[in-house]
Amino acid sequence: MSDLDPITLAVIQSGLQQVCNEMDLAFVRSAFSPVISEALDRSDGIYDPETGDLIAQGELGLPVFVGTMQFGTKCVIDRAKNIKPGDVYIVNDPYLGGTHLMDVRFVKPFFYRGELFAWLANTGHWPDTGGSVPGGFSATATEVEQEGLRLPPVKLFKEGRIDEEILSIVLSNIRIADQRIGDIKAQAAALSVGEKRFEDLIERYGAETVKTAISELRKRAAQQMRACIQEIPDGNYHGVAFIDSDGVTNEPLQIDMKIRCEGTELYFDMSGSSPPCLGPMNSVIATTKSSIYLAIKHIFPEVPINAGTFEPLHIIEPKGTFLYAEYPRPVSGCAAEVSQRIAEAVFVALVKAIPEKVFAAPAGTSGNFCIGGYDPEKGRSYVMYVISGGGYGGNPLSDGLSNGCSTIGISKTTPIEVMEQYYPILFEEFSLHEGSGGAGKTRGGFGVNYTVKLRSGEARASMVMDHGRTGPLGALGGMNGGLNRVVVEREGQHYVPPHLSKDQDIQLRPGDLIRVSTPGGGGYGNPYERDPNLVDRDVKRGYYTKDQARDLFGVAITPEGVIDHEETKSLRAEEA
Amino acid sequence: MNQVVGIDVGGTFTDLIVLDDKTGKVRISKVPSTPENQAFGVLNAIGDAGVSLNEVDTIIHGTTVTTNALLERKVAACGLITTKGFRDSLELGRRTRPRPYGMTGTFECLIPRDLRLEVTERMDASGNAILPLNEREVREAGQHFLSLGIEAVVIHFLHSYVNDTHERTAERIIREIWPNQFITRGSAIMAEYREYERGTTAIINAAVQPVLDRYIGKLQSELSKKGYPRDLLVMQGNGGTVSSQIISKSAVNTVMSGPASGVIAAAYTASESGYPNVITCDMGGTSCDVGLIRNGVPQVSSELEIEYAMPIHVPMVDVRTIGAGGGSIAHISPAGILEVGPESAGAVPGPICYGRGGNKPTITDANMVLGRLNPSIMTAAKVEPQSILDHLEEQIVGPLGLSSPFEAAAAIIKIANTKMAGALRMVSLARGYDPRDFVLFPFGGAGPLHASDLALELGVPKVLVPARPGITNAVGCSVADVRHDFVRTVNKSLSEVDMGDISAIFLEQERNGKETIEGEKIAVEEIKVLRDIDMQFQGQTHILTIEVDSSAVSRDALHDKFAKAYWDRFSVSLEEIRPMVVNVHTAVIGKRKAIALKDLLDPGNQSKTPEAAQTGERNVWFEGNPEKTIIYQREALPMGVTITGPAVIEQLDTTLIINPMDSFVVDSFGNIVLTIGAR
Repeated sequence: MSDLDPITLAVIQSGLQQVCNEMDLAFVRSAFSPVISEALDRSDGIYDPETGDLIAQGELGLPVFVGTMQFGTKCVIDRAKNIKPGDVYIVNDPYLGGTHLMDVRFVKPFFYRGELFAWLANTGHWPDTGGSVPGGFSATATEVEQEGLRLPPVKLFKEGRIDEEILSIVLSNIRIADQRIGDIKAQAAALSVGEKRFEDLIERYGAETVKTAISELRKRAAQQMRACIQEIPDGNYHGVAFIDSDGVTNEPLQIDMKIRCEGTELYFDMSGSSPPCLGPMNSVIATTKSSIYLAIKHIFPEVPINAGTFEPLHIIEPKGTFLYAEYPRPVSGCAAEVSQRIAEAVFVALVKAIPEKVFAAPAGTSGNFCIGGYDPEKGRSYVMYVISGGGYGGNPLSDGLSNGCSTIGISKTTPIEVMEQYYPILFEEFSLHEGSGGAGKTRGGFGVNYTVKLRSGEARASMVMDHGRTGPLGALGGMNGGLNRVVVEREGQHYVPPHLSKDQDIQLRPGDLIRVSTPGGGGYGNPYERDPNLVDRDVKRGYYTKDQARDLFGVAITPEGVIDHEETKSLRAEEA
Repeated sequence: MNQVVGIDVGGTFTDLIVLDDKTGKVRISKVPSTPENQAFGVLNAIGDAGVSLNEVDTIIHGTTVTTNALLERKVAACGLITTKGFRDSLELGRRTRPRPYGMTGTFECLIPRDLRLEVTERMDASGNAILPLNEREVREAGQHFLSLGIEAVVIHFLHSYVNDTHERTAERIIREIWPNQFITRGSAIMAEYREYERGTTAIINAAVQPVLDRYIGKLQSELSKKGYPRDLLVMQGNGGTVSSQIISKSAVNTVMSGPASGVIAAAYTASESGYPNVITCDMGGTSCDVGLIRNGVPQVSSELEIEYAMPIHVPMVDVRTIGAGGGSIAHISPAGILEVGPESAGAVPGPICYGRGGNKPTITDANMVLGRLNPSIMTAAKVEPQSILDHLEEQIVGPLGLSSPFEAAAAIIKIANTKMAGALRMVSLARGYDPRDFVLFPFGGAGPLHASDLALELGVPKVLVPARPGITNAVGCSVADVRHDFVRTVNKSLSEVDMGDISAIFLEQERNGKETIEGEKIAVEEIKVLRDIDMQFQGQTHILTIEVDSSAVSRDALHDKFAKAYWDRFSVSLEEIRPMVVNVHTAVIGKRKAIALKDLLDPGNQSKTPEAAQTGERNVWFEGNPEKTIIYQREALPMGVTITGPAVIEQLDTTLIINPMDSFVVDSFGNIVLTIGAR
């Protein structure tokens, strides 16, 4: 390394961060897809000119894209020919460093004074890319072709001009195509914003200095990550997490996570996981790796993100398992669900190693739920998406958060008042999923119950959720969080999806109801060690019943609603 | 009877300014704040300045009573009455977590679950009552709350922004049995969709309403006893004032009023000096508040959050806060990179140079080491200058391998400036404005220390420093106009909306505002009406605010304005997609009599020549080298004489640094206009 002074280094670090933050902001404020603008399901970053390695990424990018975008950019670099300033590649191929088809990546070469200096890229979740169901989450797809249009890296913009022919292929193969042109323009414009700001930065400090800073920052991030890992006692740690089913074969899938800590390095071995599955719960390797990265980042949030951060994380490619999907395995569930189970397996393993840093398992499902149909009053077809949160795990500091965002996301839900304006539906309930927080010294947070009624017209419902079979795992003696539940009420009949959390094309008529309850978080530590006053408060608030207080926490509450300390003592003594 | 008194209560000091219109005299007082009851500080300040209240025309008061009550959760016991099935909405929120990474953190709803009751009723999104309101249940809920000794009630029903009949009926029923005025109706606070944001805004209002009412009531009666014959005016977050008679009705409007008054003062001062476009930077001990003024009008937002998951969706002056203040601590991150803040040494132990036990180097210490602050502070605090150098040596110089503590201090300043410049860029560039078209307006105790460096970093050509940067908020109080804001959701496509309806909403909002101002009986010289429309393209969720100049705006004109604003902001044109009209917003502003600020500094203290304003010289570090630098006394600077840097300008409440290539002049309003020289 050259003798770059520490001040310039710090200034360039925040400069690179600002370039990315401004791309993030420009993309979100002008996007049409509510999944991007409201749910923030997007990310922007700067990548190495040759390797595609991550240089910097926006602070508010979707966590699951942390690792995937550098793999995706590398795949574009390998295939790019005759690149010119103003070119923008479009690609959504999951097997080329992606997630699922809906995550569409734009990748743009960045030239400084005629030299290829870096790549700028962003990913945005489009509401539809064709395929057998609106929205792309087909629970029963068995081939990627059923999931939508797959684009290899092609130049959508050539020297700044959009290629109308490629655009017409894209728009002819997706639903609600008229709004997509807005997203395409927004996504490309965000990269132009980044180009401008990056150029300013290099002008100011000089190309050589910026290059030196980039490699130094990478070294520093690796150092910091290694310092964190050093705090983990050496040894082998094991975590197992389950996915309810793949949507086609009604059997659980298992993620077997063996983590070995050796000094400053972590080794991840998932070779004991289930084989590739028929349905869409396969994960491509880019997503599998990214899920581990984001889990570690959740445990050590203070480490900055660039390629150096990941250097001490050694992931043995789990070939032959469903976590290393190859063409044409269907993969729509990988970004939203499998990724969160992989992260859960990491949490479950490492909470044993560093209990003061890690938490019990969070709800960890995106709760994707979709109703599509025809609205006779408005005279038009519609597709309504609902995402849901759930409880977070109890942790060393506090009880888990209720209705927290998915592990891999930072997306807010759409207000009920907005959904009822757009679609012929009515929410009858949006409430706290009582009893769903896993009991523990600190308990899990609570999931959500909601009930949607179809008001008019015919419609079909689909869902890809999880944790219907086993709740999010408790830690260190804490209990599991409550289960995800789906019940459909059709003309007085109750229907429970055979796969519990995944189904598609459920026919609905006006007056039919769908009731959904989302998982609570796992409990942390022995529930009998929980402060009885907190248990009493939770009962007063209706979070738990008196019976649950007694059975789960060993706290007796009299019919008058006060703690019976004597009995509590003897209940808790029995347990011990 | 020509005196106007502005009083601002801050975290450390209560500032007061008295402006006498007839004599042009200005009096100022700075006394310690009294957090247990802010009224004592206010009365002390009045006593300290020797104000006779029976000669005072108007008192305008900025208070943090509601902000503090909320942040410390010392609020009134409230009960919520809401639509059946939805009592948990305000606890569950919108599926978020406090930080993007880290699966921990907590959130407590202001009203616990057992005090949130449901009643049978339901409106749909078009305002049809699909379930009638069960009035008996409302009454029983009210009686239940009464029996528990609850003080304030919130009524919050779904879709009340489109049809408020159920909410109004419920309010009438509760009023019949409720012993006080503390009933908040969601749609009365804001008629906008989004149930979580509207409901949270309403419960914040209810929670701080009794607190504010008691405070203002007591203060008003104390002031009356001392001879003040009128109603007090209270600052609101929208930058306007309102009469103490009605302030507690919409108490939520005062929650973020602190930073607003500073921006108002900046807008007023800069407009007087001929600068309509301003970026403000209020740097104090722990944080830096950044705001933007365009064409003399502070930018307003309805989407601010006071803390995690606590949105307040009423129009407020848009101020962004970053953790960089004089007390921000410099440290080395685990990756070996120098960082400044967000941890602050606060007032205690404070910076090392204040001698209150601080032993971590802060921004203030760095300024001290570089000669930018007067070393007499250390003498007074009995701090050995060497001790700061030793701490820097040990904590920064050694670990980073730098050559000297002076290099470390310069680095701390540089990192802090980079961080602040980033925030200043985000409020300007991110909204499509070029910072080079603005002047920088620094205030607060530490703002002027960093202003010329920040301007250079941003490419801002000029800096405008007010006469008394340390009491800018109190100045803001004394010049603020009376203001009322009204927002109504429309949410229809531009091609389908009835433009007659839009103009009817504008007219109704205007009428409401004018009637309110009349009812307040405040002397205003004219009434100004600002109108804007929030728009978006169909399918988007973010909005762009379009100013319109009359209530009768045509469809085509609105279309063109939106297309142009969108292009200016995003460089994207979208002929393909239909624009939507989302919200209609009117601000009715009662202009108070203009106040001349040129006498903020006593003209009697002015010298004839710059030389006569010099108090000495000392070594100040610029660009890595110490340079003999002249020290000027602010009050003594002559008007209209251009002076070149380097220079240090000292006054009681702040210090202004002029870099070597820059020059400055005191303008005819008493402000310093600093011109950044070419490098």
